[in-house]
Amino acid sequence: MNGLAHQVISGLASGSIYAAVALALVMIYQATHHVNFAQGEMATLSTYICLTLINAGVPYWGAFVITVIVSFVMGAVVERVLIRPVNNAPILTVVGVFIGLLLVINAMDGWIFDYIIKPFPSPFGGGQPMLDGFISSHELGETGVTLIVLLLVYLFFRHTTLGLAMRAAAFNPTSARLCGVRVNRMLALGWGLAAAIGAVAGMMVAPIVFLDPNMMFGILIYAFAGALLGGIDSPLGAVIGGFIVGVLENVFGAYIVGTELKLTVALIIIVAVLLIKPAGLLGRPVQSRV
Amino acid sequence: MPALLEARGLHAGYGQTKVLHGLDFAVEQGRTTTLLGANGAGKTTTLRAICGLIRPQGEVRLADKRIDREPAEEIVRRGVGHVPDGRGTLMELTVEENLRLGAYTRRDRNGVKADFERMFRYFPRLKERYRQQAGTLSGGEQQMLAIARALLVKPRLLLLDEPSFGLAPLIVADIFEILRRIRADEGVSILLVEQNSSVALDFADHAYLLETGRIVVSGPAADLRKDEAVRRAYLGY
Repeated sequence: MNGLAHQVISGLASGSIYAAVALALVMIYQATHHVNFAQGEMATLSTYICLTLINAGVPYWGAFVITVIVSFVMGAVVERVLIRPVNNAPILTVVGVFIGLLLVINAMDGWIFDYIIKPFPSPFGGGQPMLDGFISSHELGETGVTLIVLLLVYLFFRHTTLGLAMRAAAFNPTSARLCGVRVNRMLALGWGLAAAIGAVAGMMVAPIVFLDPNMMFGILIYAFAGALLGGIDSPLGAVIGGFIVGVLENVFGAYIVGTELKLTVALIIIVAVLLIKPAGLLGRPVQSRV
Repeated sequence: MPALLEARGLHAGYGQTKVLHGLDFAVEQGRTTTLLGANGAGKTTTLRAICGLIRPQGEVRLADKRIDREPAEEIVRRGVGHVPDGRGTLMELTVEENLRLGAYTRRDRNGVKADFERMFRYFPRLKERYRQQAGTLSGGEQQMLAIARALLVKPRLLLLDEPSFGLAPLIVADIFEILRRIRADEGVSILLVEQNSSVALDFADHAYLLETGRIVVSGPAADLRKDEAVRRAYLGY
């Protein structure tokens, strides 16, 4: 029984990472109706930036904050330079741009920072066991940081005028413009915010999975499964879905399919959701008239 | 004194499809002007060209300043409120959030607060539904919400795109009754687009009749209402 509890708790810890990346995916999906396949690679790049800063002698939390800010700007620039020109392009063009971005960032990471797997420091003191050995100090701290980020994002969207304008721009760009909302700027802000959230996820997961150019590859798939499970157009759903996927992945990995086949769990979830409940747990079913 | 809004040689369309073929018209300060015409005459397109949702050719002046090169979000800041066709309700947001968006460009917190109260006097329904999702409102309530949202911009010019669309006659009468009060209280100039020409001619001071992208008749609303020939040929009642 203790073993299962352990798996569930450490599943929640990795689930918090999936939840954050899933939220980043959903934010961009809501605004543009596209899934940003490069979200994970952007987060990896951010994590490399953080490591470079730390190696240059910047204290951890200083590097953390700088990385979040730099990632925000990077996300906004990507929207402005690469995504806006294809706003009205056919869907395959956009998917092409996303995949191109994924490959370019991935190759760039390898080229600049090389492909060797690197350890990444944790501000929470590595792996001391906490809570009777159920969870490591890093997992506990990492979950805390992610939850704080999720809470901040929630408060921002619910209770600030800028957050309201961003939601309006995503739901109904024409009406938002007629109220004076600068929709293009909101899109760039949204991309910046998504990149910043991804950066936090990258920095928090790197001490566990170690840093290499493909670090976020699997995590993006888990996050995508979480977003689909919760409902790709529901931010709350994406967060809940992320946590559920984290737990399922761990429990199935430990007791049923084994660690080698863990990623399969994510793919099974993706297929199952699309077959049984395409709108996800909290998403709205899409109806269209022919 | 020049007109509040003046369009000269206004051409507009969607891609290859040209809809407007050179319109000249004006909205006088403090007056109500209406554009009438059948489906597809170009009424909605005219409003979109004025408010910047589509880019027109020709000249549009607001208080003698060119606005035809400005995007919609900037024209709002010049004092143009738009009640769009289909009401433009932000369905996923609450009534409160819809109204807050209306006041998005404003920085005078106290003024906004007072305006919220004024909107609730015009539309008590919106106060009752304040915390409700706007998508759950009835058509008439959504129309009220759209008008309140546009008024919260504090517009000099209010563009109304078929406020009667899809509503029962009693509700249409209600809405125009409220619009009369608003017009009297706020002194806002109005450009009204309508298919329901008898209601529109009753409400407006001046009328233009649009046919396939051209103005075919123009005159005081009262004269058009009395003109048998115009009525039979264009207005169909």
